[in-house]
Amino acid sequence: MDLGAVSWRFVKVWRRNLWTYRRIWKVSFLTPLLEPLFFVAAFGLGLSGFVGEIAYGGRKFDYPTFIAPGLVATAVMNNAFFETTYASFVRMYYQKTFDGMLATPLSLEEIMIGEIVWSASKSVVAAALMSAVLAVLGFVDPWSVATVLPIAFVGGLAFGALGLWLTGITPHIEMFNLPVFLLITPMFLFSGTFFPVSSLPGWAAAAAQVFPLYHLVELCRRVQIHAWESSTAGSGAYLGVFSAVFVVLAVGAMKRRLIR
Amino acid sequence: MVGLVSAVVAVENLVKRFRDLTAVDGVSFTVGRGEFFGLLGPNGAGKSTTIRALYGFSPPTSGTVRVFGMDIRTRWRAVKARIGVCHQENTLDPDLSVQENLWIFAGYFGIPLAEAKVRASELLEFFALNHKKDAKVADLSGGMARRLILARALINRPELLILDEPTTGLDPQSRHLLWERLESLKAEGLTVLLTTHYMEEAARLCDRLVIIDHGKILVEGAPGDLVARYAGAEVLEVGGPDAALRRYVTENRLEYDDLGDRLILYVPEGSSILEIVRTRFCVRQCTWRRSTLEDVFLRLTGRELRE
Repeated sequence: MDLGAVSWRFVKVWRRNLWTYRRIWKVSFLTPLLEPLFFVAAFGLGLSGFVGEIAYGGRKFDYPTFIAPGLVATAVMNNAFFETTYASFVRMYYQKTFDGMLATPLSLEEIMIGEIVWSASKSVVAAALMSAVLAVLGFVDPWSVATVLPIAFVGGLAFGALGLWLTGITPHIEMFNLPVFLLITPMFLFSGTFFPVSSLPGWAAAAAQVFPLYHLVELCRRVQIHAWESSTAGSGAYLGVFSAVFVVLAVGAMKRRLIR
Repeated sequence: MVGLVSAVVAVENLVKRFRDLTAVDGVSFTVGRGEFFGLLGPNGAGKSTTIRALYGFSPPTSGTVRVFGMDIRTRWRAVKARIGVCHQENTLDPDLSVQENLWIFAGYFGIPLAEAKVRASELLEFFALNHKKDAKVADLSGGMARRLILARALINRPELLILDEPTTGLDPQSRHLLWERLESLKAEGLTVLLTTHYMEEAARLCDRLVIIDHGKILVEGAPGDLVARYAGAEVLEVGGPDAALRRYVTENRLEYDDLGDRLILYVPEGSSILEIVRTRFCVRQCTWRRSTLEDVFLRLTGRELRE
């Protein structure tokens, strides 16, 4: 990655995506508004009678409260990851949007950073809407509608960069099924979203901490239900380093793919 | 030939190698200010790679590419701010309307939205697209999409316009409209670099051109001069040539191509050969016409298929 090629101009790429998003925002807003209602209905009304209380971070929570921050973290992951995989792939491969941009003063680095920051912005919007619904329902601290936003942004950068790196190395759009099945689904299930990682066997609990989603869930729980089991600074640093590494990898992969 | 200092484009000894293929093998040319310059060649000759190197899309293996006197490798941002690129593929943004395509693209150049709107409506007017300004890109015909791509390439008021096969796949009406617009841009002093497969297009638009094959420049010159030098003034195509004609052309050292069932004779201006051949050897079918750039192209690059 050439740092001399990075400037504020990435905002122009972000703006292009915002412009097209304005057409479909009503549909895009539905998912984060309705999804928590579905989950809370299913797990709160259906499952929580079987589960009882969850012990986590030295306190006890009813089941819907425990999973509420996990739902927000998952939405952050999904919004960023699916934006920079399927949506970016369409822009890169089918619409040749990046080829058009590369004939302007924009650098490849700026285009890719614009895509990743855009995906993180979508994560922020989803986290805000979802947290607002969960706060109204009384599952999360109402202040966390604001405090979760920087966490959603960093989490969005991490999963957006991971997704864009995969886009850079994926030969065909249907191949994304593979990382979704091997990476996103296990992360969704084993990152402490639905049960505390500490209830797993020792080796599995340690393995879960490699997942970026684990750290994102930890941070969301910290601000939304004020409980945690890992170091907050450690989780923040993990997501920061993860983002930086995958931004560099994504730019490198795209350079090999687009500049021939 | 243009001096290196005043040249808008100066390519020196450009070499581009991909893993096992040398796409461009030591190409040098210059384009002067206000010139309409053509880059011709069969598929895979190295045209597109050369053109991609001009806007930093394809870093050279060796050699230098200077645009406005600046090295594209180090000053790419300053260069790209002053050029307009019309890609071979449709790179229009299907998520945006016709005029939004121009507004958003202007943003990539740092042009404020208010100014972009003024320029966009001027360009839509110029390219006869005003009635389509709110249409989706997907609803445009091939000719309209091409005109929009060209309009978009002009949004930053470039000093150099790069056109990569701008009329491929267009109907004759669209092609002629595009040529007229390009000619009026040229009259305003715009420097243009064009690649094309249509020799008629190159002959009509280009002041000067090069023909490239296998990554090397074969010839360079004004279209008319190249025709006179490589294809004479007139062409006589004789169908079903007999042995007598073949003997006659070799004995008289005439310029010809023998295609087996057809013999193509290249005749200089005011030659008496034409009359002799017509009366003595035109047994079956004879076509007599002016020489064109297409004759030059086929003579130099051969007639066999490339793909």
